[in-house]
Amino acid sequence: MSAPWAGPGAGGPAAGHRRLAVGEVAGDRRRAWPWRRTGLAVLAALALALPFALPPYRLFQATLVLVYAVALLGLDLVVGHSGQISLSHGAFFGVGAYTAAVMIAKLGLPYPLTLPAAALVTYGLGLAAGLPALRLRGLYLAMVTFAVAVVVPPLLKRFPAVTGGAMGLPVPTPRAPFLDDDQWLYLLVLAVTVVAFAGVRNLTGSRAGRALTAIRENPAAAEVLGMRPATHMTSAFAWSAMYAGAAGALYTWTVGFVSPDSFTLSLSVTLLAGAVIGGLATLAGPLLGALVVMAVPAVAQELSPAAPGIVSGLLIVLVVQAAPTGLAGLLRRAAWSLAGRRA
Amino acid sequence: MFFQQLVEGLGAGAGYAALALALVLTYRFTGIVNFAQGELAMLATYVAWQLVESGMPYWVALPVTVAVAFAAGVAVERTVIRRVETGAGELTLVVTTIGLYVLVNALAALVWTSALRAFPSPFPDAPAGLSALGAAGVAGLVLGAVALVVRHTGLGLVMRAVAADPRSARLAGVRVGRVLALGWGAAAAIGALSGVLLAPTLFLEPAMMTGVLVYSFAAATLGGFDSPLGAVAGGLLVGVAETLAGTYLGFVGADLKIAVPLALIVAVLLLRPRGLFGSAPVERA
Repeated sequence: MSAPWAGPGAGGPAAGHRRLAVGEVAGDRRRAWPWRRTGLAVLAALALALPFALPPYRLFQATLVLVYAVALLGLDLVVGHSGQISLSHGAFFGVGAYTAAVMIAKLGLPYPLTLPAAALVTYGLGLAAGLPALRLRGLYLAMVTFAVAVVVPPLLKRFPAVTGGAMGLPVPTPRAPFLDDDQWLYLLVLAVTVVAFAGVRNLTGSRAGRALTAIRENPAAAEVLGMRPATHMTSAFAWSAMYAGAAGALYTWTVGFVSPDSFTLSLSVTLLAGAVIGGLATLAGPLLGALVVMAVPAVAQELSPAAPGIVSGLLIVLVVQAAPTGLAGLLRRAAWSLAGRRA
Repeated sequence: MFFQQLVEGLGAGAGYAALALALVLTYRFTGIVNFAQGELAMLATYVAWQLVESGMPYWVALPVTVAVAFAAGVAVERTVIRRVETGAGELTLVVTTIGLYVLVNALAALVWTSALRAFPSPFPDAPAGLSALGAAGVAGLVLGAVALVVRHTGLGLVMRAVAADPRSARLAGVRVGRVLALGWGAAAAIGALSGVLLAPTLFLEPAMMTGVLVYSFAAATLGGFDSPLGAVAGGLLVGVAETLAGTYLGFVGADLKIAVPLALIVAVLLLRPRGLFGSAPVERA
């Protein structure tokens, strides 16, 4: 994994630890245009304007993209930042969704309570799945999570009195205090997404996040320096399961219906595809990946019912081989080459 | 009743054992778990079904199928795995096999649709108990053949050398690439047997091997991930445990049998991570 700042024009060791803008030289007093901040501001403005510009169905899709982005953020903690494989994030997503659905539909609790509850439940589940597997080797995590993904749908069907069985469970969606219901929901999900992104950004910059990177790059060296790989990876896995569970609760709010067949192994694989295609260990990756998760099945379904599988399978294999940095890496490279030409 | 369940479990376990053996072989050679192993087996089973359907006798179709599976395994290694094998790391390899899993599954659904199809039994006239024992015998035979080749032939020596340390093997003049392709081919051929053994009871469909893969993970973990003998013993044990749990534990029943291997994997990882026959890992940085 190449360092993200190693673009043309980035300051060398002589420039100190501050990252210099493209075309800037050490000691240069010229002010560079703050591209990054401008980009973020434009993105924020667009995100806030969306609910007032889109027709209801498009807005529903945009909300779902944000929901998947939260789940992918979590998955990226495992795949991108820890270098492990999880195939159970679809199942965690489903458990979060069901936790919210049962709380709202069966217990009659107000919906804001379901988000922390779903997060808590899936955090515990992540800890339980990660603890035995991560003490040993990453190999076992992939297998245990695969098994979890296969077991969860029949388990959900098993208790029809609580979960509604194979028929699923309809859930009343949140009512808006002002605005339209779907606009309110979008803004709510957007707020959670922003908090989630900020959380991951801070987490990866923190002591624990740097430890994760060190363990991913060289476990033996990290251990010699006093980091316990198993402890760090297990807690990262639990956090990432929590993200998936929280995204599941948001899914229930958005869709208003849960059924066991929505959270099968293929959801987990689709999420993994989204994480890999979007770009691992970047902040833009989950958002781009969520667009892929949303768009590929919708577009490919029109060709043939088998087409989504073929397309996402091919995309995984091709991206891993030809563009391991994913869409985020490709965009970054394109941006650098544009900027380089201008400078 | 108990005895009948036991035999039935052995029959299912033979299928799990064969797939677990295939997984262990790939693991020994490449150091990864091949998530597409079950789907390759499913594809081979469809080939066998197509051959039998077109009028070929069962015992002719079987070797043809195994040969096709072998060629498919070699082809996959040469075209897809080879590109990421060198230096790309475990993550890339495993993700590639997951991509293959999805791809093969969808292709099978495209070609043969996802309808359930009946698959002929290898021993059509024998009672169910005998054919289950026959399946277990086939798994034992395959294990014996693999052990014979690996322990007592020049080819086996080369294979062990590559599995132990590819770089040293290459320095000693072994064509490592060819041996790896051979390993993948052999694994796919053994996996094909698993599909053919299980198809009469499970019925043929694209999602057939997903559950089987979980059982085989449990089998390989229980037996020790680097031990072929462990894979076969683990497979038979898992088959029996699953059948008995489904029959005698009321809570498990038929629809939660799939939770048995998960519980087994977790228990083994907690209590004896190297499995029954595996060797304890030695780390050398």
